[in-house]
Amino acid sequence: MTAETISAPRHRPFRRPLFRRRSAIPGFGLTLGVTLTILSLIVLIPLSAVAIKASALSPSEFVAAAFSERAVAAYRLTFGAAFVAAVINGVFGVLTTWALVRYEFPGKAVVNALVDLPFALPTAVAGIALATLYAPNGWVGQYLTPLGIKAAYNPIGVTIALIFIGLPFVVRTLEPVMRDLSADVEEAAASLGAGRFDTILRVILPALGPAWLTGFALAFARGVGEYGSVIFIAGNMPYKSEIAPLLIIIQLEQFEYANAAAIALVMLAVSFLMLLIINAVQAWARRFS
Amino acid sequence: MAQSKARHPTEDPVWAKAVIIGLMLAFLGLVLILPLAAVFAEALRKGLGPALAAISNPDALAAVKLTLITAGIAVPFNAVFGLCAAWAIAKHEFPGKPLLITLIDLPFSVSPVVAGLIYVLVFGLQGWFGERLIDHDIKIIFAVPGIVLATIFVTFPFIARELIPLMQEQGVAEEEAAVSMGASGLYTFWRVTAPNVRWGLLYGVLLCNARAMGEFGAVSVVSGHIRGLTNTMPLHVEILYNEYDFVAAFAVAALLCLLAIVTLVLKGLLEIAQPDVKRGGGH
Repeated sequence: MTAETISAPRHRPFRRPLFRRRSAIPGFGLTLGVTLTILSLIVLIPLSAVAIKASALSPSEFVAAAFSERAVAAYRLTFGAAFVAAVINGVFGVLTTWALVRYEFPGKAVVNALVDLPFALPTAVAGIALATLYAPNGWVGQYLTPLGIKAAYNPIGVTIALIFIGLPFVVRTLEPVMRDLSADVEEAAASLGAGRFDTILRVILPALGPAWLTGFALAFARGVGEYGSVIFIAGNMPYKSEIAPLLIIIQLEQFEYANAAAIALVMLAVSFLMLLIINAVQAWARRFS
Repeated sequence: MAQSKARHPTEDPVWAKAVIIGLMLAFLGLVLILPLAAVFAEALRKGLGPALAAISNPDALAAVKLTLITAGIAVPFNAVFGLCAAWAIAKHEFPGKPLLITLIDLPFSVSPVVAGLIYVLVFGLQGWFGERLIDHDIKIIFAVPGIVLATIFVTFPFIARELIPLMQEQGVAEEEAAVSMGASGLYTFWRVTAPNVRWGLLYGVLLCNARAMGEFGAVSVVSGHIRGLTNTMPLHVEILYNEYDFVAAFAVAALLCLLAIVTLVLKGLLEIAQPDVKRGGGH
């Protein structure tokens, strides 16, 4: 029976029965039960509280809370900065991944480990470090001030923090795909007379497209929700440099729980939309691989 | 294959390599290395003494303790969850599997602030269980349980999504062989599965722990920022920074940087020793 369970699916045409023959491995009921219980208690039920709390508001109250002028300004900053940061990471992420996958250079192992720094470094630490660097008298800020650029306490500062946070998402999503790119295709392009530049532009970059989009979307999604690294450098001026997550905290501090939930619901909706897009891109990419 | 002198057609010219590596180093230097250097420079601005004093301050030590407690609960909890989820998903067939995996990943796409908010909505004063909790004198929000819950939420997928692909790749043949020869489920897990996944588990624990100790947004919402009581290390950094006590703020931050560096070094070593662990598919 063991052998049959293993080899059976291979001989079958595409349709798999809803439930495969009961697996010989025990513990299914217990582990799935524990998984579903914990998932519901920790994630699903508490998350539903946002929608339930927000639904206590009448439609007009909801719009007033979630789409007030101040909230819309915050969304514009949050999504705009996250988008610009993801684009910049998209460009430098490709360069970084290309160098890490294709080239050998001294210190490569250190660079490779360093790329994950934003995953390992607490966001608040990144936040105060960036705020200090880009403040008008900071290491970097002092060179920007004469140029008339005010980086910290400005939307530029928000973008800088989100570049820090998003970089590894792009690199680590691109890396396996770039590693698996077959040299054959490049050789074929070259042997057909394509220059190196043409090969990169027309053969390599299109093949990286889906992974790049996924990395971009992951970086963007992370940036939209980011709080710790941003608030120190943002300056948090209403209508100007106030991000949406901060608005939730402000509402909470005023005990306006329903208003906080309304803003959170908008952010959750955007997150889920991003999640859907990421899944769709990956499903689409799988069709070509 | 290539002639010794001529450049292989799939290799970039030397000048292009130099430009790309140069651009990468400039970018990474500006974005990653400079902030890291700034933390240590600011911490040591007045010498080692004040920095050490800031770290050994009782409030700082209380923050270190709370951070260790929080990670000490959240990481094992998520490890148990991850093992259960991976066992159910990777070793068995059932409908709705992709949906379940997506739901486990959900906390990654939720803003940390929203992660804190949901527990305030459930356990806070105006929350679902607010009044009942007051009646029984149980504090969750603005207390340690809330901090632990919020930390569990934001680190929820780390270990599970490391283990699921790893265990899926390993298949079920070894476990089925063990069971068919009469091994119990638990015995099979300990003797067959666990040795196969231990490095992947360690990898997940490493990443989960770094995030658990460093979480700021979610914890900030539920903590109430009570010094010495509900302050984790990242929250302590915030308080000191907002009080313009920069040397102390950066001293505690430097401690967290060391944690990050140790995490990255261990992660790198693990990737070199056990290349399989990296299959987990990003973060």
